[in-house]
Amino acid sequence: MGFKGNVPQPEIGNLDETIRNLYFHVPMWFTMIGLLTASLANSIKYLSGFNLSYDIKADEQAKTAMVFGVFGLLTGMVWARFTWGDWWANDVKLNGAAIAVLSYLAYFVLRNSINEQQQRARIAAVYNIIAYVLMIVFVFVLPRVTDSLHPGNGGNPAFSLYDNGDLNSNMRMVFYPAVAGWVLMGFWIANIRKRIRFIEKEAQA
Amino acid sequence: MFKQITQLIAKDFLLEWRQKYTFFGILLYVLSTIYITYLAFNQIIDVNTWNAVFWIILVFASVTTTSKSFLNESGNKQLFYYTLAKPQAIILAKTIYNGLLMIIISLLSYLIFSLWIGNIVENQLMFISSMLLGSLGFAATLTLVAGISVKAQNNSALMAILSFPLLAPMYITLIKVSSFAIVGTEWSNSLPLLGILALLNIIVVALSYLLFPYLWRD
Repeated sequence: MGFKGNVPQPEIGNLDETIRNLYFHVPMWFTMIGLLTASLANSIKYLSGFNLSYDIKADEQAKTAMVFGVFGLLTGMVWARFTWGDWWANDVKLNGAAIAVLSYLAYFVLRNSINEQQQRARIAAVYNIIAYVLMIVFVFVLPRVTDSLHPGNGGNPAFSLYDNGDLNSNMRMVFYPAVAGWVLMGFWIANIRKRIRFIEKEAQA
Repeated sequence: MFKQITQLIAKDFLLEWRQKYTFFGILLYVLSTIYITYLAFNQIIDVNTWNAVFWIILVFASVTTTSKSFLNESGNKQLFYYTLAKPQAIILAKTIYNGLLMIIISLLSYLIFSLWIGNIVENQLMFISSMLLGSLGFAATLTLVAGISVKAQNNSALMAILSFPLLAPMYITLIKVSSFAIVGTEWSNSLPLLGILALLNIIVVALSYLLFPYLWRD
């Protein structure tokens, strides 16, 4: 049980024991998307009321999301090295992830390049909305029409098809709590960072 | 609203006609880049190389074309425009103007490119339709990014940083479609991708319409 629990192998292709990476790699992306969605919501809230505290929330959530994005890329690279034989492949999902990280790094550069608080918040919010929408198109629409090396795309079986008896339900028992745990951890970190920023602002005032 | 848009587009064309600065500047830029490519490669017959060189030239040409979009509308002039026109009219007019400019420039660069580097495209209609959708999309995205970067003072460096990730969905789709067109595959392969390009164009124009008012007011 747990992390050491039985995993369905060796019937499922070349995954072998690395299938346990599922507990880390996939939740990273769920957390990133969740945090970015929250950041988008805060940007929209900022634009509808021009309350600076929403801007701080959006900023911290985007920052935390990028940490998870980078970890998602790293865990994915280790996995790709093992199963596909290379650290990086020209795959539509890898490109999508890389572009998402790049466009949010650009978001931080944009934020730092404007000094005036309200103007920074407004322009950053606008860019955040554009970046999010294009990222969603890229990550969720484009893989539907092109092939991908990832499970569930381009003829590769999805993980749910690796069902042989109770082994798969063993994995589910670890996977679902792992997703919940990582997502909650992401939001918790973003929340703490946001509160530190609020306190700093109070101390300055 | 409609009248404002047409008047603003007419104003942009009139300014361009009087100054003859942007258009011929970009044309010269494209001409010299393609000539350098010619000096390095002579003729290109490899599909991937042809594709890559063509799109790199076009992406950089479109960034150069659009980066000056709001230079005329900064400072006090912006206040003047603000009293005259709705921000939505301003962004739509700029997008349409840049789109038309980009269509002309991309067609001309395709012509010059075919002349020097050679034309290996099997399915011309597929290639040109993807190129037109692509130039419209580049123009729409880059006009919005130019609106952002003109607000953040140091704009030329920021323009590149902000626009390349945002253009990525477009150029990755474009490179795929045009490689299909070069090899001459069935339309059924490329139609979904052309659909995505059209969808991206609509999304970007809708976002500009909704978000530009927030950028414009100071």
